Amino acid sequence: MGNIAAFLDMGGYSQYVWPAYGLTALVLVVLLAVSLRAMRARERELGASERHRRKRRDDRSGRQDEA
Amino acid sequence: MSRIHAFANPQRFLRLAAFVLPWSAAATAILTASGLYLALFASPPDYQQGEAVRIMYVHVPAAWMALFVYVVMAAASAAGLIWRHPLADLAAQAASPVGASFTFVALVTGSLWGKPMWGTWWVWDARLTSVLVLFFLYLGHIALSRAFDDPTRGSRAAAVLALVGFVNIPIIHFSVVWWNTLHQPSSVFRMGGPTIAPSMLAPLLVMALGFTFYFVTLLLVRVRTEIAVRKLRVLRLGELRGGMGAGSLVPGT
Repeated sequence: MGNIAAFLDMGGYSQYVWPAYGLTALVLVVLLAVSLRAMRARERELGASERHRRKRRDDRSGRQDEA
Repeated sequence: MSRIHAFANPQRFLRLAAFVLPWSAAATAILTASGLYLALFASPPDYQQGEAVRIMYVHVPAAWMALFVYVVMAAASAAGLIWRHPLADLAAQAASPVGASFTFVALVTGSLWGKPMWGTWWVWDARLTSVLVLFFLYLGHIALSRAFDDPTRGSRAAAVLALVGFVNIPIIHFSVVWWNTLHQPSSVFRMGGPTIAPSMLAPLLVMALGFTFYFVTLLLVRVRTEIAVRKLRVLRLGELRGGMGAGSLVPGT
């Protein structure tokens, strides 16, 4: 336990060292999460849009065949 | 020229990105975890700074990345302006938020390091001020590239800003040599090799490599996102035209 406490104390610099690491982790993780979410959302939208377009085109060519 | 245009093909880029992404993500995780172990456990405290020196292992790699990402962004901007390379514009746009984040991290961790070592959170000296200018250049680039309805005009304007702002990069690098400053000069990238102890150089380099792969991973993710956004835009414009009774004008229908 003493070892862990000494480690967390960072030789008396804990109020500078841990915020530095914490902020770095926070910024990088949030940016990664936001970027991944945006990529999934846009690619899903694009997939739906392309399927919709293909379906409409098939419907239209189907009508032309009947005529 | 033909080789450059081969990379401009988004289909080819998407295939390359799908192949590289899992590897760059794994490299990011492994290198960052090893870097953190070296930085927090395996490296010694400094004889002058004690444990506070451990801030260096996030501050210095973040500051290197702040510069490196800007160089990548400026190179992509130049390629976009000169060759009208569409993927280059997307890469520059994808890079700037990542660069802004690294710059922000470098500024705040530097401040957290400056307080116990220099006795102040901030000084208006050449190094700190020029890095603050870099942060504003990134923010300006983000704002400008999204300021126009036509994304091509936005990329053009942002690319010009990125190239004009490039003059700041050598100023940042040499600021600790040209002017009197509290900030210490470089102990790694200097004539005659690094002066830093190997036990401290190792965590620094491993963290820097981890951050580099993080940047590569995010760049691929964000360019993929931008490609989807542009494709959606083309599809919607096509549907608008199609809705006005001119469906045959839409390519591929």
